[in-house]
Amino acid sequence: MTNLIILPILIPLFTGVILIFLNKRITAQRVVATISSIGTIIAAWLIVQRVRIDGIQSLNVSSWDAPFGITLVSDMFSALLVLTTSIISFVCLIYSFKSIGEEREKYYFYAVFNFLLVGVNGAFTTGDIFNLFVFFEVMLMSSYVLLVLGGTKIQLRESIKYLLVNVISSALFVIAVAYLYSVVGTLNMAHISTRINEISVNGMPGILTVIAVLFLIVFGLKGAIFPLYFWMPGSYYAPPAPVLALFGALLTKVGVYSITRTYTLFFYHDMDTFGLLSILAILSIVFGVIGAIAYWDIKNIIIYNIIVAVGVILYGISVLNTASITGAVYYLIHDILIKAALFLLIGIVISITGTSNLRNISGLINRYPGLGWTFFIAALALAGIPPLSGFVGKLLIVQGGIEGESFIGGFITLMSSLLVLFSVMKIFINGFWGKDRTYRREEKAPVKQLLIAPVILVVISALYGIGSESILPYITQAADTLLDPNIYINAVLKE
Amino acid sequence: MEILMAFVIGILFMIATYLMLSKSLLRIIVGTGLLSHGAHLLILTMGGLKRGAAPILGGNEESYTDPLPQALILTAIVISFGVTAFFLVLAYRSYQELGTDNVEGMRGTEKDD
Repeated sequence: MTNLIILPILIPLFTGVILIFLNKRITAQRVVATISSIGTIIAAWLIVQRVRIDGIQSLNVSSWDAPFGITLVSDMFSALLVLTTSIISFVCLIYSFKSIGEEREKYYFYAVFNFLLVGVNGAFTTGDIFNLFVFFEVMLMSSYVLLVLGGTKIQLRESIKYLLVNVISSALFVIAVAYLYSVVGTLNMAHISTRINEISVNGMPGILTVIAVLFLIVFGLKGAIFPLYFWMPGSYYAPPAPVLALFGALLTKVGVYSITRTYTLFFYHDMDTFGLLSILAILSIVFGVIGAIAYWDIKNIIIYNIIVAVGVILYGISVLNTASITGAVYYLIHDILIKAALFLLIGIVISITGTSNLRNISGLINRYPGLGWTFFIAALALAGIPPLSGFVGKLLIVQGGIEGESFIGGFITLMSSLLVLFSVMKIFINGFWGKDRTYRREEKAPVKQLLIAPVILVVISALYGIGSESILPYITQAADTLLDPNIYINAVLKE
Repeated sequence: MEILMAFVIGILFMIATYLMLSKSLLRIIVGTGLLSHGAHLLILTMGGLKRGAAPILGGNEESYTDPLPQALILTAIVISFGVTAFFLVLAYRSYQELGTDNVEGMRGTEKDD
């Protein structure tokens, strides 16, 4: 029992409430938001250390014992994700000071930003399946507001589609929880796992497979896996760069986290659904890569790269052996860092040039060498060039795939790296090389101040890659919990 | 009783799907409302309909009704009210801005504006 693990939810919640009252005083908002963001990072760091030493931490809210009340659980997997979320949010926050614009700041941007973090951190921390739904809704509600804030035509149009898709998927989530409750009669995730284990002695009953697939549809919609990513390129195109970075880095990863959590904890008996997951993951990689190569728009290229990354991570999960799960956890954190960095860099490019069409951009590196080189390093990290952070994760996933005798998947994962490298190098070659151009909005763009945020992320990502030896114990601990549900169950139920 | 509920839920889902496939934004919103109502009724039915006394401990009843589905529905209803309210405001605002509530008119790629 420790109250520490609720802090990453409570700090943003209170900050968000305070910020609502400060809505006309922009400087005060910035100060409060920065302080709380740093506080969240410290709290998340303490949780990671605590989990490292003492094992899984759980908190029974209001002291109702585990299967009856609502439980918050922090294992290493969720603790690491909460820490990464806090870092990303801090970086996006200091980026938005210079780029988001006074209008949005007055209309509760920072408050909603903090509510989004409540949802994301809560979804990572909760140990109760219905609470997962509630935190999803907190997160989605804030994301609707962030998406539409500013009220341009494209934002309104895309928000309606995004909202509709998510309302339907939320209804499906409620339905899936209802079915699960009728079968196992509990909502606590650890308890669900033990109950399913009791039922599935002679193989998994069909109804549980149905529930597993329903969960895959619900979380797959959020996480943008193969047939369910249709809404993403349009919706993520609309918002400004810091919001896009938050969405691209975090929201899809919450879906990936939930798939990982439910599949490794509940449905590990059922290899058929894992087969389905693996096929969908491989198809996500293929279709994501096709999209990333096909577009000549820098935003779209990186948005399709999200789909590739989700595919790679879920492929690692679906193979379900030590190497692949370790790789997937490692790659998940790498991807959050590097996607945020890339979206922020693209935000700078757009603020300089006023366009995201690659055909209208060239020669940026002549006048903005810092921007060019940061982008180059981020692109290499994304594609997984050693010693940067993408390499270790992908290597482990491919190794796991080969050990699990899933050669096609391993091969496609490997090949996707090349094509991802091609897609980002296309941005680099066409946008940064070539003839120098002048752009209309150029003088107004505060490039130097904006560059601080992505540089921080790229440095963290490089350290994450180079220092992988010292980080690996944490990752292995996270993977161990995912591979052996009993660790999780014992920590939650036998306090 | 469960059979009756199954029919009610099925009819709600049917109407919701029909409404959500129409072109008017307002009808789509009504459809999402009905969809979530169907889902809430599904929770209630899945938790088991009333089979015992009110869940107040200390009485000498043999069996108690499961109170959890009601609590879940309460939460889910509040959330769906919030989302529907937001959706209505969004629809109104986009009607003002885009000049249409027909989703056909909201097609188009990013490059249009």
